[in-house]
Amino acid sequence: MARTRLTGWGNTAPGFGDLVTPRSVSELQETFQSHGVIARGLGRSYGDPAQLSGGLVVSNLGFDAVGPIAADGVVTVGAGVSIDTLIRWAMPQGWFVPVTPGTRQVTIGGAIAADVHGKNHHAVGSFAHHVLAMRIVTPTGTFDTSPTERADLFWATCGGMGLTGIVSEATIRLIPISSNRVLVDTTKHANLAETMAAMVDGDDNYQYSVAWIDCMTTGKHMGRGILTRGDHLVATDGRLDPPSATSLAIPVTPPSGLLNPLTIRLFNEAWFKKAPRREIAREHSIGSFFHPLDALANWNRLYGPKGFVQYQFAVPDDRGDIVEKAVSRLSSAGVPSFLAVLKRFGAGSSGHLSFPIAGWTLALDMPVGPRELPGILDELDELVVTAGGRIYLAKDARCRPETVGLMYSRLSEFLDVKDVYDPERRITSDLARRLHIERN
Amino acid sequence: MENAFGQPQRVIVLGGSSDIARAITRKLVAARTHTVVLAGRSTELLEKAAAEAHEYGATAAPLVSLDAENPASAVPTVADAFDAAGGAVDLVIVAVGALGDQATDEQDPAAALRLMSVNFTWPVVALTEVRRRLLAQGSGRILVISSVASVRVRRSAYLYGGAKAGLDRLSDAMADSLAGTGVSLQILRPGAVRTRMTADLKEMPFMTGPNEVADYVMSGLESGQRIIWSPPILKYVYLVLRHLPKVLWTAVMDRAN
Repeated sequence: MARTRLTGWGNTAPGFGDLVTPRSVSELQETFQSHGVIARGLGRSYGDPAQLSGGLVVSNLGFDAVGPIAADGVVTVGAGVSIDTLIRWAMPQGWFVPVTPGTRQVTIGGAIAADVHGKNHHAVGSFAHHVLAMRIVTPTGTFDTSPTERADLFWATCGGMGLTGIVSEATIRLIPISSNRVLVDTTKHANLAETMAAMVDGDDNYQYSVAWIDCMTTGKHMGRGILTRGDHLVATDGRLDPPSATSLAIPVTPPSGLLNPLTIRLFNEAWFKKAPRREIAREHSIGSFFHPLDALANWNRLYGPKGFVQYQFAVPDDRGDIVEKAVSRLSSAGVPSFLAVLKRFGAGSSGHLSFPIAGWTLALDMPVGPRELPGILDELDELVVTAGGRIYLAKDARCRPETVGLMYSRLSEFLDVKDVYDPERRITSDLARRLHIERN
Repeated sequence: MENAFGQPQRVIVLGGSSDIARAITRKLVAARTHTVVLAGRSTELLEKAAAEAHEYGATAAPLVSLDAENPASAVPTVADAFDAAGGAVDLVIVAVGALGDQATDEQDPAAALRLMSVNFTWPVVALTEVRRRLLAQGSGRILVISSVASVRVRRSAYLYGGAKAGLDRLSDAMADSLAGTGVSLQILRPGAVRTRMTADLKEMPFMTGPNEVADYVMSGLESGQRIIWSPPILKYVYLVLRHLPKVLWTAVMDRAN
């Protein structure tokens, strides 16, 4: 029985399912004749939301139409269009996506399902804020929805990890840009507290802001950070070429252990040394500022066959201490992690299971391997829950089912909406089954 | 459903009252396992194991009776266990086995039959049914508890060792048959472990306690490796031992006894 082996970006917990790629709404509707269906985009979620062991996985990549961009930046796109494709289409015409995650290789459907955020959440909110309308195919029918029309289904779908239905197309409002560059201020900070203070102090002066934190140093340099903040460069005749295509790729998966405490510490050290202590108004290309990792295709292979997990949490503004406690716990345990990203969030969206809440968010990658890792992440979950925070379902691959309801207080409401549009529970995923996101 | 660390939520343990099985259950239940079905022969020992599972965090620990001396009972027992699990089964551990007493058993065909049933035939019939069910489910893992004794059968325990050798080779090839299906099989080869079963044996080289074995199992589930050696060094010890000329092998084994 040849089934397709599917995993998330972390290459863990594979699910073997039947993968189909419909190209029309009626074909999409037909997939719901099966019991056990989930949508899949480009598979950039880290865990298991876009796979279903023994079930039917419906790729949205067949919905790849990009419409003309209206004078006010409104465009309708197929759910399988990637942010990369949209950017390549839009930039030469002077438009950009209002929100982009750290990779362009995410479909619009996926961006909605995870309600993705970018470096500008404190200014403009998450992806859902910029979706004017979307068409959703569910087991009970196909519906055109918007924040005011079938709002329950609309908002349950934003951040709903695909569990309410399959989006076929969406209408979003792009933002005007006049160049393909971003003006960036970079500052280096000796430790976490200073980094966080600088962010609170100055973030409102910038459209985009993100800090890279070193989680491997201990002592007074714990959480030393590089803070990069910027805005689109406004130019009268700026060039609008989109980012160049990926040139480098990791062709094979190296053995486990390539990325270990030593190599990661060395990398972190080099990265930190290389960054300028202070740099004002330096021009960066859009590609290098927004999507640095996209330059290396299949970088996730560097973690080897055991793969890796990403841990991302959000805590309210008054609980910034959780960030410090988390970094401290990880650094004292010597859990190797580079690419720890710290951002601030503005107010969340109305998505029932949408991740961002006003406050702080920290995201880090850790190779699977260290024996104490599962226990430490469980401890961090507890810290996050007691602080009124949550972890990001698009990144999760190991959280306890009991914590989901504690983190997402609107889970019950979400399941009520799912009851209406998917009463027979035809839509499910490995994530939903692992986290018990279902009514008993 | 398993998570990224290979930690299962619903587990069936065939032979759930053995010391090694209990140690593994404790670790599983402390991680993500909420339902563990314990199948065994002695109700009293099973109830103790179930109480312990609850103590360590299980929400459900139903009991199923099992008679490994009767291979025909394997299919109904597996059916009962799957029913009791109440949902998709993530891991089935085959932990039935009996050491017997070589000195008396080698004289006794009935004892030989019993040892084969418990250590080989019953587990193989059960595995066949478990494999069928997990394939229908489309996901799941099987962990077969074999033994280093299966690697090269020795004179001093050839009934037990021979049966384990058969189980071990068969399981390895069964694992091959599952490639690309979403179901996988792993084999645990523990060295000597201090348990009820080995209570009469003296301390041997590289002997461990059941908790260490359980630790290696948890790492093995995370890595997905086909053979889990406990302790890991035995892989290299047996790499050498299995190829020793008979004269040397016998000399080493005599010293180990």
